[in-house]
Amino acid sequence: MTIFIDRDTRVIVQGITGRIAQFHTQEMVEYGTLVVGGVVPGKGGETVHGVPVFNTVKEAVAATGANASIVFVPPPFAADSIMEAADGGIRYCVCVTDGIPAQDMIRVKRYMMRYPREKRMVLTGPNCAGTISPGKSLLGIMPGHIYLPGNVGIVGRSGTLGYEAAQQLKDLGIGVSTSVGIGGDPINGSSFRDVLEAFEADPETEIVCMIGEIGGPQEAEAAEYIQKHMTKPVVAYIAGLTAPKGRTMGHAGAIISAFGESASEKVEILSEAGVTVAENPSVIGETVARVLRRKAA
Amino acid sequence: MDIHEYQAKDILKSFGVAVPDGALAYSPEQAAYRARELGGDRWVVKAQVHAGGRGKAGGVKLCSSDHEILDVTSDMFGMKLVTHQTGPAGKGVYRVYVEAATAFEREIYLGFVLDRTTQRVMIVASGEGGMEIEDISATKPDSIVRSTVEPAVGLRDFQAREIAFALGIPAAMTQQMVRTLQGCYRAFTELDATMVEINPLVITADSRIMALDAKMTFDGNAMFRHPQISELRDKSQEDPREARAADRGLSYIGLTGNIGCIVNGAGLAMATMDTIKLAGGEPANFLDIGGGATPERVAKAFKLVTSDKNVQAVLVNIFAGINRCDWVAEGVVQALRAEPVDVPVVVRLAGTNVEEGLKILAKSGLPIIRATTLMEAAQRAVTAWKNDMAQNTKVRAVK
Repeated sequence: MTIFIDRDTRVIVQGITGRIAQFHTQEMVEYGTLVVGGVVPGKGGETVHGVPVFNTVKEAVAATGANASIVFVPPPFAADSIMEAADGGIRYCVCVTDGIPAQDMIRVKRYMMRYPREKRMVLTGPNCAGTISPGKSLLGIMPGHIYLPGNVGIVGRSGTLGYEAAQQLKDLGIGVSTSVGIGGDPINGSSFRDVLEAFEADPETEIVCMIGEIGGPQEAEAAEYIQKHMTKPVVAYIAGLTAPKGRTMGHAGAIISAFGESASEKVEILSEAGVTVAENPSVIGETVARVLRRKAA
Repeated sequence: MDIHEYQAKDILKSFGVAVPDGALAYSPEQAAYRARELGGDRWVVKAQVHAGGRGKAGGVKLCSSDHEILDVTSDMFGMKLVTHQTGPAGKGVYRVYVEAATAFEREIYLGFVLDRTTQRVMIVASGEGGMEIEDISATKPDSIVRSTVEPAVGLRDFQAREIAFALGIPAAMTQQMVRTLQGCYRAFTELDATMVEINPLVITADSRIMALDAKMTFDGNAMFRHPQISELRDKSQEDPREARAADRGLSYIGLTGNIGCIVNGAGLAMATMDTIKLAGGEPANFLDIGGGATPERVAKAFKLVTSDKNVQAVLVNIFAGINRCDWVAEGVVQALRAEPVDVPVVVRLAGTNVEEGLKILAKSGLPIIRATTLMEAAQRAVTAWKNDMAQNTKVRAVK
């Protein structure tokens, strides 16, 4: 079992009738993901690419046995959809939607806490590319063919920068156990640390590649966890060395507003925690390969 | 999204926070007239710009006559106020706020922020007001009081009282402080702010708690449900190129270097800037053209990037995921044919259908420099820029 998703993960697509959701539903089905249903209020009974649409998450779960969901619902309504998934018995949810108000996400996080830990949904995102366990399941918008199956766990904020790393690994013949996007928003479902914990416990993951960026405390929290609890090696890259202070660099969360939030400070904190930091994005793959060789030796 | 001080004070006042009487002026004459309307014999005249540090930069003046107000505001209107937050270009002063001067005994710092560690709203306060919070945390970290708010029940009165007592506010004024804190919290959550800062919050000579300054920033993602806040946007305070880009759905930030960047994805865009720097150049901008790099989007991006007079080379870095490189390449070729640029252009394509994409670039006959890795692309952009500069210098020398 890889982390979060596997071959038999049963997926519903919330907001499946949207143009982008339809496109990615097809991509996911073609990749082999078990897409068992969609949810759009008022469109129950329709089908999209052969996938039945339901009015509510609860109906979809009852009819299909779904245990995971992917949210493509527009920003004003996305938080509500995530809460509906949490309440409907979904165990793992990826939210792709970019542009959800931060206070909505604060409420989502609070709402998820009403369930006891063993029933609580795991959320990754919003504003992320999703999660893929190559060869098994794809729950996201990434191009499946750039990932080889293997033993490197990838966790990152940025979609395209994650693709960059996966492609470099593939070019070196190195595969990925699971790649998880945690998204570029300041308030997010799972942090780097949450995903690192999952990788540490995952027998299929040997090494983790973490791709961070400026802004927020989550890379520093990850460094502390790595130093204290992680037995598996971690390679990191941090984007934004040239980003000016106080400006939002595309991602809502990519803004340096406090000490420890700049790229150079994060690189230093991670290095001190024993993480091997790739110094430029073109050598992420090589750096993972080098650490793997050292581990084997 | 930022708003002006006078707008933030209007909002906070409607949520029960006490502020001094004040009035807005668009000209020196109006400022003098407004001061007379307000009454009193001492006024504070404050330049309205979207930046802190106005006092030190000459944007806040105490006046005690009509003539003084006319003199001071004649200088203020139209000036570019340069503070530590504006950058060297400064921000234009087109509005001035006139306030009755307030005698006070104590200054307090009060801030509400989205705390990313607890992922909740956090109140930050200090009895050492009047200083920037960065300076307070550097010099008097022990004076800082922090309290996070449980989102399900909101700010509780007991928390507000705890803050009031920790700041040493006289017991008789506790209730006023609670009202102030509750007002700020309600404004923050009901209007989707990302920051509310009152610095200083003062205790006046007549024992009132009052906001002498106010700053509010709002969550751009939540403005769909606050049309009345969207209306407060003041484009005169924004970088014109960034505002234009934002209006076209592009995420652009102008920097001071000379290698323009066109990239898909915010993380990859930052990584591209970093690689340019490592290769010995300086990025001219951050630009994320987002998913679906259609020819129109690429063309818009070229126009935007090359409208910066400092740009002497352009680096296009696209990782085609769901896109296909051949489509992106078509986009680049179409964009360059429609709007030729007179600086070297380096294109790096990766991902789906990369070979076909490179073939399209080669076949176009356009002088596009190709690269395989991001590092190679950055090096080629820096080299091309240096060569181009050397040639241009020669041409100019001959003339």
